[in-house]
Parts: sequence; structure tokens; C-alpha cells
Amino acid sequence: MMKKTPFNQIHKDIGAKMTDFGGWEMPVEYTGIIEEHKAVRNQCGLFDVSHMGEILVSGENAAKSLQKIITNDLQKLEPGKIIYTPICKPDGGIIDDLLVYCLKKDQYLLIVNAANIEKDFEWLKDHLLEKTEAENLSDKYAMLALQGPESKKILTQLTDIDLNSLDYYRFREAKVAGVKMIISRTGYTGELGYELYFEPEAAEKIWDELMKAGSDFGLKACGLGARDTLRLEKLFALYGNDIDENTNPYEASLSWTVALNKGDFIGREKLVEIEKNCCQRKLTPFKITDRGMARHGYEIYAEGEKIGEVTSGSYSPTLEQSIGLAYLKNNYAEPGKEIEIKVRKRNIKAEVVKGPFV
Amino acid sequence: MSVKDDLYYSEDHEWVREEEDCLVIGVTDFAQDELGDIVFVELPEVGEEFDKDDSFGVLESVKAVSDTFIPVSGKIIEVNENLLDNPELLNDDPYGEGWLIKVDPADDSELDELLSAEEYAEFIEEE
Repeated sequence: MMKKTPFNQIHKDIGAKMTDFGGWEMPVEYTGIIEEHKAVRNQCGLFDVSHMGEILVSGENAAKSLQKIITNDLQKLEPGKIIYTPICKPDGGIIDDLLVYCLKKDQYLLIVNAANIEKDFEWLKDHLLEKTEAENLSDKYAMLALQGPESKKILTQLTDIDLNSLDYYRFREAKVAGVKMIISRTGYTGELGYELYFEPEAAEKIWDELMKAGSDFGLKACGLGARDTLRLEKLFALYGNDIDENTNPYEASLSWTVALNKGDFIGREKLVEIEKNCCQRKLTPFKITDRGMARHGYEIYAEGEKIGEVTSGSYSPTLEQSIGLAYLKNNYAEPGKEIEIKVRKRNIKAEVVKGPFV
Repeated sequence: MSVKDDLYYSEDHEWVREEEDCLVIGVTDFAQDELGDIVFVELPEVGEEFDKDDSFGVLESVKAVSDTFIPVSGKIIEVNENLLDNPELLNDDPYGEGWLIKVDPADDSELDELLSAEEYAEFIEEE
């Protein structure tokens, strides 16, 4: 039995194609991935992302505990601010990548990947210091992402705060259509956008109000299909595809999220070593110059030798070309290098590019 | 989802149209809708021969890759090369400009094993 978000019936009523995404019944597309993708780049899209997990860490030692668990520096945070960070195992492998919202000095809300909620929750409980607790609030939040250049105009009609004063990676508690929620200026599309967290009981009301407010601005319901092509064009890593417990933040081009100088944290010793010795491989963007598409797991060759595997591959609606990400040996991870991707029975040509694609 | 009356259908969601000197084969409206936006098409070579139910091509949509299976045995006499540069024709007009191949059938009686429009409509109802 797949889990359902509070928007499940709405999706079905408006004709979404549903899919099993990590045990959740989620909309993959409504009218077409390419059309939805373009709506987000040019106008605005509304995504149900309620499958994401919310874990509250609170107590006297909340900050100290998290500083020990995450790789980024919690000192950058104050109430109203957000950071993106991996959490790593002692060997440097990435357990999850998440957002940390500082609610108060002793209260942090962690937004984690749907498939990792239980794993993260257990890891947190095992590593929190005394007088601190973790609470899994995932069922207590509905979550929508409103993404695209028109998102500010749409949301402004419904909220009581001035969105011009809400900077990137900041959030505010506010009302939208009379419902109390967290508005955060974040997203997974690379466009201006907001993520909204609120009580599941208000799901239908908020969806309808946003759709109504967006009707003059080209707002479209968007599914996970467009979410994936949008994030890939911007080179945002997807947990389970591009990063997992067998990859470290350095090879995943996430070195900016590792604060080696902040003091001790889980994985630090190993990450110091990795940073010093450099990685053997690097997460690298490529575009396909032949006809065809690369998919997760396809093998990559150059000069007859296997040099890596595709971690994400899709079609870029903006470039009208196939694009992807792969871990490549360092000497091939340079823009301009020609590589070949094994697609079923044949090899197709691709080129390493600098990225992001858009 | 549209199902056209004058065609034969397979359970793999291909349609077959009888013309005077050949059979025209494509994928159904149901199939293109399931796949979503199709962005690449791989077609066989003219002259290639296939047995019924062999994979003869590949349709690649943004979200998935799917083989196409030939509903009758025969030899390829023409492929719709227009699709290589305009794969969206498959989404826009699956029974018309989105046709895939023309086949010289090896055994006309194989057509009798395919579904009628009515049977296919029932079949996709259950899918």
C-alpha cells in the first residue's frame, strides 16, 4: 500500500499520471513533462512535495548536536535562516542531504529526502547529545513548492508579509490565505521560488487558492518528472541517483558544504584525508551529441576503457538535447572531453561540459 | 483515449492498417499517452525481417524507454524517417503522421490473431 500525500485526490481529479516514488503515490506529470518544465522556467509551477520528511531537533544541546552530525557549519545559522548540508558516515559516505531551518536557537527543523526519513531519524536519535530530542513530524506537514519567475507575484496576493524582504535561503512564519505556515525562499528548480509548510488539513484550500491566484500568471500543476529535468539542468544532485552512502561530498562537487574548520563532526577525519589526497573521480555534467538518451546506470567509455557510469540522465527541454551527470575518472572530468555512453547495443557520443546547462 | 475503427491492434499497443500492397504499423494513442513526451525514436533498416512479436524499434520519452514489438511477421519496406527529427509527431498524431513502419507481411493469416478496435478498447479499459 503506497503512502499518500494530502493532495492525492486533487492530483487524480485533475488527471495526473501517478507513480510509485519510494513508496509514495506521487504525480509524475499532468499535461506533459516538457510543458510543465517550460512553465516553471517561464511562468510558474506548483509541486506537491509533501513526501519530503520533517524532523524537529530541539533542546539545550540541539545546536551542539547538529554541529557534530552535519558537515556544513551550523554557526552560519540564526533564526529565520536555512542551510543545505549533507550528513555523512564516519567513512565520508553521504547518509542524506537536507535543509536545516533554524526556528530558534535551540530548535531546528530538518527537511530530509522521503526515502531517508526513517534512516535519518534513527541516525539522529543515536547521535544526539543529552537534553536534546528528535521528533519525526513528517505526517504533520503538507509541503508545496511554488517555483518560477512569477511565483512572487502569485504568492504576494495571498500572504500578509512583504516577499521582497525574504532573501534566498531565508524563511518566515506567515499566513497564506489565512493559514499559518512557513514560507521559505528555497527550491529545487533553480528559479525564483518558495516552499510552503503547513498543516495537512489545509491542503485542498491552499492548493485551490494558489491555483486561483496563479491563473493569470500561467501557473501549472507540475509533477516529479518536470522536477527531475529542472534540477538536472541546474546540476542539483539527487539523493539515490547522484549521491548515496558510497559517494562523498568532495567527488559530488559539494565541497562548499563541508566545513572542515568548524571543529569535530562525524566523518571529518576521513573527509580531511579525502580533501588532501583529491578524489579519483568527480561528478561531471555531459551532453549527448548523438541521438539518444542516457539513463541511470548506463556505462561510459573512452578510448575503449570504462571510465564511469551515468548517475542521472534525461532530456533537457530547454536545450532540446539529452544531458546527464556521471562520476568520471579525473582525467576525463574536463570540459570538452569526448566520451561514449553504452545505450543498449550501441555506443553514442557525448561531450563533457562545464555546466550548469541552464 | 482514441481507438480507430478500421485498424487491427496488438496487446503491446501497436496498430496495423491494411493498405493495398503493405501493412502500416504504429503505436496507439493509449501507448503514446502512457509514454508521455517522446523525444527519440529508433527505427529498423529497410529490408530487415522480423518474426511476429520481435522488438523492431525503441521509443524514448522524457521519463521512460520502451521497445516496440511487431504485431505480424514480415519485411520492412519503409520507415517513417520524419520521426527521427520530429518525434513529437508520435504524440500529436499517432494514427497518422506518427506511423512507424511499413511491412510486407509474411503470413496474412496473422492479422486474424490481432484485436479488433472493440476488443482493444476493452483491453485498455482493463489495463
